[in-house]
Amino acid sequence: MALLEIRDLHAEVDGKEILKGINLTVEPGEVHAIMGPNGSGKSTLSYVLAGRDGYEVTGGEVIYDGKNLLDLAPEERACEGVFLAFQYPVEIPGVAGTTFLRHSVNAKRKYQGEAEFDAMEFVKFVRGKAKDLNMPDDMLKRAVNVGFSGGEKKRNETLQMAVLEPKLAILDETDSGLDIDALKLVADGVNALRAPERAMLVITHYQRLLDYVVPDKVHVLANGRIIKSGDKSLALELEEHGYAHILEAAA
Amino acid sequence: MSGNVQEQTLEPVLERLLDAAPGGRPADEGARGPLAALRAEGRRAIAAAGLPTQKSEPWKYTSLNALRKVEWSGPAGDGADFDTVKSALPVLDAYTVVLLNGRFDSVLSDLNGLPKGVRVLPLPEAMSDSAVTDTLASLIPLDMAPMAALNTAHLDDGVLVRIDAGKALDKPLHIVSVGYAGSAPAAYHPRFLIQLDENAEATVIESHIGLKGAPTFSNTVTEVVLAPSARLGHYKLQDQAVDGFDLSTTAIRCSDKSVYDGFTLSLGLGTVRNDVRMTLDGEHVEGRLNGAYLGHGGSHVDNTTFIDHAKPNSTSREVFKGVLADESRGVFQGKILVRPDAQNTDGHQLNKSLLLSDKAEADSKPELEIYADDVRCSHGATIGALDDEQLFYLRARGIDAVTARAILVQAFLMEALDEIQKASVRDALHEHLAARLQPLFKGGLV
Repeated sequence: MALLEIRDLHAEVDGKEILKGINLTVEPGEVHAIMGPNGSGKSTLSYVLAGRDGYEVTGGEVIYDGKNLLDLAPEERACEGVFLAFQYPVEIPGVAGTTFLRHSVNAKRKYQGEAEFDAMEFVKFVRGKAKDLNMPDDMLKRAVNVGFSGGEKKRNETLQMAVLEPKLAILDETDSGLDIDALKLVADGVNALRAPERAMLVITHYQRLLDYVVPDKVHVLANGRIIKSGDKSLALELEEHGYAHILEAAA
Repeated sequence: MSGNVQEQTLEPVLERLLDAAPGGRPADEGARGPLAALRAEGRRAIAAAGLPTQKSEPWKYTSLNALRKVEWSGPAGDGADFDTVKSALPVLDAYTVVLLNGRFDSVLSDLNGLPKGVRVLPLPEAMSDSAVTDTLASLIPLDMAPMAALNTAHLDDGVLVRIDAGKALDKPLHIVSVGYAGSAPAAYHPRFLIQLDENAEATVIESHIGLKGAPTFSNTVTEVVLAPSARLGHYKLQDQAVDGFDLSTTAIRCSDKSVYDGFTLSLGLGTVRNDVRMTLDGEHVEGRLNGAYLGHGGSHVDNTTFIDHAKPNSTSREVFKGVLADESRGVFQGKILVRPDAQNTDGHQLNKSLLLSDKAEADSKPELEIYADDVRCSHGATIGALDDEQLFYLRARGIDAVTARAILVQAFLMEALDEIQKASVRDALHEHLAARLQPLFKGGLV
């Protein structure tokens, strides 16, 4: 059974239709890249899947792990294993990273009927995860994302992903705002989290992230629809000829 | 004409409040001594001014009309439960002074081991010291400060804190002012004088706690005098358990190179009004006047401050942050005066309010009056709801909406506490606040 099945998904923002019939099937263990020009609906798709207010689904359905995803609140989706790595991770002054993540992990454990971690158990758990990713855990002592560089914010998202162990990770423009060194670090983290039971949806404008996180499938999103799908070579084709070439061919 | 009706109806309240001293109105017929003279001066000033109404600009947003509904009397104070008091206080390693309904309670106080050069005394015992009598009631113009005048009309107890030149308090002094009315509504008037001589250093915490029972009317005056290079951390917690009145007037005078770090945390019910007047009467003074408040139920919290830059080259910083839930109201009025002589003044003021309900209200009134030409002064005020992006970020990590709101509200207040410079007090208030918020969150605050 597919982990994620999106069927004829329509969605609008402020009364304007942005997604105009998306169809996409993702199997466990697969990494799918969704590429597209600005304004094609990439971020809207990620927000609709995560359940953000203001992104209204007007048609179609999303079946995730056998459930109707669109019926669930954002926090229920997260507890069911959907993880959105934000394009712009949000700063939360006054909340230490550890506190934030402990609330998060314990919410998920409670939802799944597992015992919650106490403070000591949690610190041990997080340190282990940070070590697996070869990341320092000192940024967890600071307020969430406050004063972080672009690279730190994205690495923090990756660490959160590791800690929350999602079944479906949606990476929204994870490469934006990163220099090449930061990009490699983040990509290493993402690759370390690839697993047979875990699927990833990598949303990106540029091909360069896909040099490091190599996708199983590539889809081109334009004007609210997937107009072309292929393997990783499609990304290279886009890099070489730009979006205009494919848009013309599809027209 | 409604204003006249209001004034007429507050007059009997004033009479009742003047009578409502612990043990009744002091019998001052023919009495002598500095305290009796000050009481007479206080009575004269409050009789002339009357209780403030909303027609008076500084009281525009805060009404004392509800005072009329209550039969105020002098408190008996019997049967107060001090275990409840302890649970309402931050945990601190400190010397402790306890006042019950404004009365210095030497049994409950613990001042063992005060270092040399530090005096903490009931005010009447300090009246042989001319440095005290010259200062007491000298920082506040009573004709312009009716509540301080009313306090002064009752002046027969209180606390003196005096640190000699070059001396330091080795741990904080915690002044715990407990209001307990039992079955009959009670009024009382705590009085504090804090004097730091040259290069002295101290940390003083005032906790104003109102116990469950009939409403209390607490009307505090604190005067602070800092000699050159003195350093004072002066922190205040206000937490009334019932819908009463917690009013205070604080006047601070800072001399050259002194540092005043003030913070007020207001968490209780009822009407809270803090009048603070800080005079930077010296050069290279660092004056900090910060605070945080949580309005809930029908509470009303008013912080009205006046920072007077009288000399050049001094710095003031003022940050007040409030969370307003339910049907509460928060008021911030911040006036900064830079006198012609106060060149090179650096003044910064910020008021941030977070509204959690449609019925909550925030009023913010900054007022800058600048007569010097070479100054850096800024002010800002924001009033808003919780941030949707932050809420979504927390929910997208599995945290339910109510918990997410609670986390953000707590963070907002915790961040405000970061202004406190004394780390041990900051940490203690962080912990106290977190514990205090939990039952409120469970009760549906957010």
